[in-house]
Amino acid sequence: MATLKVNQGKVTPKTANELIDICPFGAIDEENGKLIINSNCKMCKICVKKGPKGVIELVEDKKIKKVNKREWKGITVYVDHVEGEIHPVTYELIGKAKELAKKVDYPVYCLFIGNDIKEKAKNLLEYGVDEVFVYDYKELNYFRIEPYTLAFEDFINKLKPSIILVGATTTGRSLAPRVAARFRTGLTADCTILDIQKNTDLIQIRPAYGGNIMAKIKTTNSRPQLATVRYKVMDAASKCENISGRVTSLEIDSSKFNSNIEVIKITKKEKEENISEADIVVAVGKAIKNEDDLKMAEELANILGGQLACTRPIIENGLIEPKRQIGLSGRTVKPKLIITLGISGSVQFIAGMNSSEYIFAINKDPEAAIFNIAHYSIVGDIFEIVPDLIEEIKKQKDIELKECIGIS
Amino acid sequence: MNIVVCIKQVPGTSEVNIDPETGNLLRSGIDSKMNPYDLFALETALRIKERKGGLIKVITMGPLHARDVIKEAYMMGADEGYLLSDKVFAGSDVLATSYTLSQGINKIKPFDLIICGKQTTDGDTAQVGPETAEFLNIPHIANVLNILKIRDNELIVEMDMPNTVEIAKINIPCLLTVDKDIYDPRLPSFLKKISTRDKKIEIFNFKDLRDKNKKKYGLDGSPTQVEKVFPPKVDKNKEKWTGDSRDLGEKIAKELKNLKFI
Repeated sequence: MATLKVNQGKVTPKTANELIDICPFGAIDEENGKLIINSNCKMCKICVKKGPKGVIELVEDKKIKKVNKREWKGITVYVDHVEGEIHPVTYELIGKAKELAKKVDYPVYCLFIGNDIKEKAKNLLEYGVDEVFVYDYKELNYFRIEPYTLAFEDFINKLKPSIILVGATTTGRSLAPRVAARFRTGLTADCTILDIQKNTDLIQIRPAYGGNIMAKIKTTNSRPQLATVRYKVMDAASKCENISGRVTSLEIDSSKFNSNIEVIKITKKEKEENISEADIVVAVGKAIKNEDDLKMAEELANILGGQLACTRPIIENGLIEPKRQIGLSGRTVKPKLIITLGISGSVQFIAGMNSSEYIFAINKDPEAAIFNIAHYSIVGDIFEIVPDLIEEIKKQKDIELKECIGIS
Repeated sequence: MNIVVCIKQVPGTSEVNIDPETGNLLRSGIDSKMNPYDLFALETALRIKERKGGLIKVITMGPLHARDVIKEAYMMGADEGYLLSDKVFAGSDVLATSYTLSQGINKIKPFDLIICGKQTTDGDTAQVGPETAEFLNIPHIANVLNILKIRDNELIVEMDMPNTVEIAKINIPCLLTVDKDIYDPRLPSFLKKISTRDKKIEIFNFKDLRDKNKKKYGLDGSPTQVEKVFPPKVDKNKEKWTGDSRDLGEKIAKELKNLKFI
């Protein structure tokens, strides 16, 4: 592995300042005319590549033991579940795993840890997984960190997978780091793009600094390579017609499943009714005049699994409760998707929703202020467009349902 | 109860831009602050201390100016502060950071409870807490929403799961990562600022740590390598659609499907 060496002889006030400025992480300090690289350094090597020539050099260490990458094979997807109910991120990871595996001729495995899950494991084969490995023990009924890590460790030792993909769910974010630390290997969180090199190194791209920069990360000299991916980032695998994979139960000495954690009670979460937390928001404005108009907007919100919100005038007519108001005098929302229906876009309203990820605005007036900030400006009458939109969404959902149950 | 809180100094803003010509990061000033998520961790520790008594130690890793976040913790009520700082630690990824922290925490034993924020605002990984717990060989629970009971040898906590909330009992010693909003963090106190102005901050260098194998720290101890950083692709063009309403309805539905909202 390489280290950075500062050639102090070449340090001048000018080069020093240049380097301090160039470092994105504030990792270069000047002390008594000497340049020092501090612990903020992320080894991005910008100082070597873009800094004044020869001041900071990359020194390769030849003594590092190289991992034998040929000993590690296959891509494993960790099956995320709560009491056997599989989280859909799992199918998305299988989809990505299959795509990567093709490039380097790897098998795709699933690792399923739980209790009474063998039947459910078979269903995973329909997505084209080569082998599902199952640890099925009553001690694994609930997610508890020590027994789950133990089973995971046992699996890695037996199968030696080169790559392990884990959903960035609450469980995955707790389990993956534990496993990575146990094997002293690399783990990259919340990857948005994954690819693979011929030498089986996983190319991991993820956002940092709140999404303001992207980093390309590799685990070049250790195996397995672990990465987590959030739900709805990758495309789900489709079902295959010919099932060729199999389910294999792995044995472990269950007396080793000790835990310092005891799960006492599990309660279903109450449905989120806070517009600030919603991922999808349908917002209505003055164009909505009565209960019937409102029903149309509600139906759109429901069918998208989102929440209904509104502008201030609607609150004033008493059509909608005040906690659903967006804007300076209401709440600020930052959903992944907001669809505004007949909202002209006052400054006060826009201030409360401007940082939404995708803004679809439908309004009759082509000059409406909302179109200045919308990503999709749709000029038209909401009473004509929305009913059609609802119908189309229903159609799309139908198609998806049919694909899911294998009718096409 | 002896509580260790892990904190981190992060840039004052996550607004970073990249020079499109040189590819360099342009930071607006070098302002830095305590990772906002750590405020919840520290507040949790302070509440536990108020109920059960004890000692709160904060620990961080970073350059010397990371002392500022320890001072901030003192102003909120932390009792002792420790800074892990050495050029050997440079280039640490999650694994090396967690290992260094665990070595530092081993130096400030005994502890009953370690509390970490859910994640940082610069790295955003949420991984350092669980990895540190692994190196210390203690159990952990992530995403703790609420601490229901504190007993001498165990805690009962509420944890956030995708569709459920779990109540679990965990033996001490253990590590918790707490969600934001677990408690409202208090503001730094001016009186404490004055009274802790000269309060000691102990600095641990590499040579102070028990494990002296340099290959486990900094860049050498980091299996992941950042190959490059670049600006995110801005692919959100602004589009204006007009025309027949039936077509528009269909067009919107298709786009929503493309964007995976359906």
